[in-house]
Amino acid sequence: MARIIVVTSGKGGVGKTTTSASISTGLARRGHKTVVIDFDVGLRNLDLIMNCERRVVYDFVNVIQGEATLNQALIRDKRVDTLYILPASQTREKEALTREGVEKVINDLSERFDYIVCDSPAGIEHGALMALYYADEAIVVTNPEVSSVRDSDRILGILQSKSRRAEMGQDPVKEHLLLTRYNPDRVSRGEMLSVADVEEILAIPLLGVIPESQIVLNASNQGLPVILEEDSDAGQAYDDAVARLLGEEREHRFMSSQKKGFFSRMFKGG
Amino acid sequence: MSETAVSGVKQCFQLKSASVSMTALELYFFDDEEFESTLRDKISQAPGFFKDIPLIVSLEKYEGLSSELDFFKIIGTCRRHNIHVIGVRGGNDDQRRLARGASLALLPGGNQRDREIDTGPETESAEAIDSPAPPRVENHGEPAPARIINQPVRSGQQVYAPDGDLIILAPVQAGAEVLAAGNVHVYGPLRGRALAGIHGAEHARVFCQSLEAELVSIAGHYKISEDLQDNGWKTAVQIQLRDDLLVVTPLEKA
Repeated sequence: MARIIVVTSGKGGVGKTTTSASISTGLARRGHKTVVIDFDVGLRNLDLIMNCERRVVYDFVNVIQGEATLNQALIRDKRVDTLYILPASQTREKEALTREGVEKVINDLSERFDYIVCDSPAGIEHGALMALYYADEAIVVTNPEVSSVRDSDRILGILQSKSRRAEMGQDPVKEHLLLTRYNPDRVSRGEMLSVADVEEILAIPLLGVIPESQIVLNASNQGLPVILEEDSDAGQAYDDAVARLLGEEREHRFMSSQKKGFFSRMFKGG
Repeated sequence: MSETAVSGVKQCFQLKSASVSMTALELYFFDDEEFESTLRDKISQAPGFFKDIPLIVSLEKYEGLSSELDFFKIIGTCRRHNIHVIGVRGGNDDQRRLARGASLALLPGGNQRDREIDTGPETESAEAIDSPAPPRVENHGEPAPARIINQPVRSGQQVYAPDGDLIILAPVQAGAEVLAAGNVHVYGPLRGRALAGIHGAEHARVFCQSLEAELVSIAGHYKISEDLQDNGWKTAVQIQLRDDLLVVTPLEKA
């Protein structure tokens, strides 16, 4: 049985797909058979970030509607061979994701994989609800600003009330907070909420803090999960998050401004 | 005219939100004679209950023709039996236009659960519904059990204790709403909206460990966040109603 992890946030543009790509890559790199599913039907992006958009033939909706088999739709990652991608359809609507259809796909994948990472669309509508319904764990991606925190709170409420675990009265979905686009300088100037602020408001355990970085954008544009940028702070922060997800204890980094560290890394790397 | 605690110029009146339990007449079709005979029959079962009650006509299950709906006749018949038709609920545009023509208030269609009113010999329950005054009938049996919530109440969630107290052992987040007929206790920060005494119990109170609320209301008297910040903000407080004013007092450590 696979562990099913949804990457969700409520708010758009906070880094769900970036996180899905890096977390799934990180899990796969540690030898776990991992599949990442793009639930953002109609606005598919995951295949771009994973650099496999030219290899998409069949998609998630095709599989649900019986037009293709899972094997036809799954794309094997070229960099990490235990990682597969199930892309979203660009031409359908989110309603094509029926509960029964999604359940069948998840069950089938569950037999073959160790981890299923579900990349949720933004919002709290059908697509997002389908992405989180079967989850065992949730990574709630949050930016350190008020509206993102509010939306994350909303999604946490939905996880507690509308997930399969909630409906069946099982143990609740395990929640993880992942703070992205964190800029310690702006926090110290009072322009952003601090880690402590967000933790205090949302009251769930912190999985990691991903610093705001140009490298994240560059990696996305190149179709490279940022976790593979091993010299970057963002890449290392994602690697820490994956380790913690697997139960390792790792100290949190990149939470305070460290100009010096930045320069020393520059010189070392250069 | 008695003095109130309200300082400054005294206004002629004050508007308050009120929620009153009322009887709805669920109309399936309308025939003047049949209406009156059915009404007479119902009243004969519990004459005291129907005396001078307000009534709303619910059209949500109305199956007859709109043209057959004669609100003037309905009002007249009810009036002869000392029942005051005050408005209609639901119905299509035509039906609502007719109701408006008869000077009836228009209430939105409800998905609220209506209880079937028992007009049997038991008058005790009927009296409880009858009493339009806010204080609930004290029953001398067991108090209504408190509803206890252990998890955070998140944005968009609503928790409701329709009969008694509501006790929350976790934060109430911004954008969440907690409501109780009795007191509201929040053993955590109260960042959302808290409404105590929603059926009109003016003795109800709100307790919280950190007052950061968007709104606090007791028996329809409310204060919004802006008006709460001067007193006890982000500290442990209780809020109660005194002379129609919400009073915030710190919770002293014993």
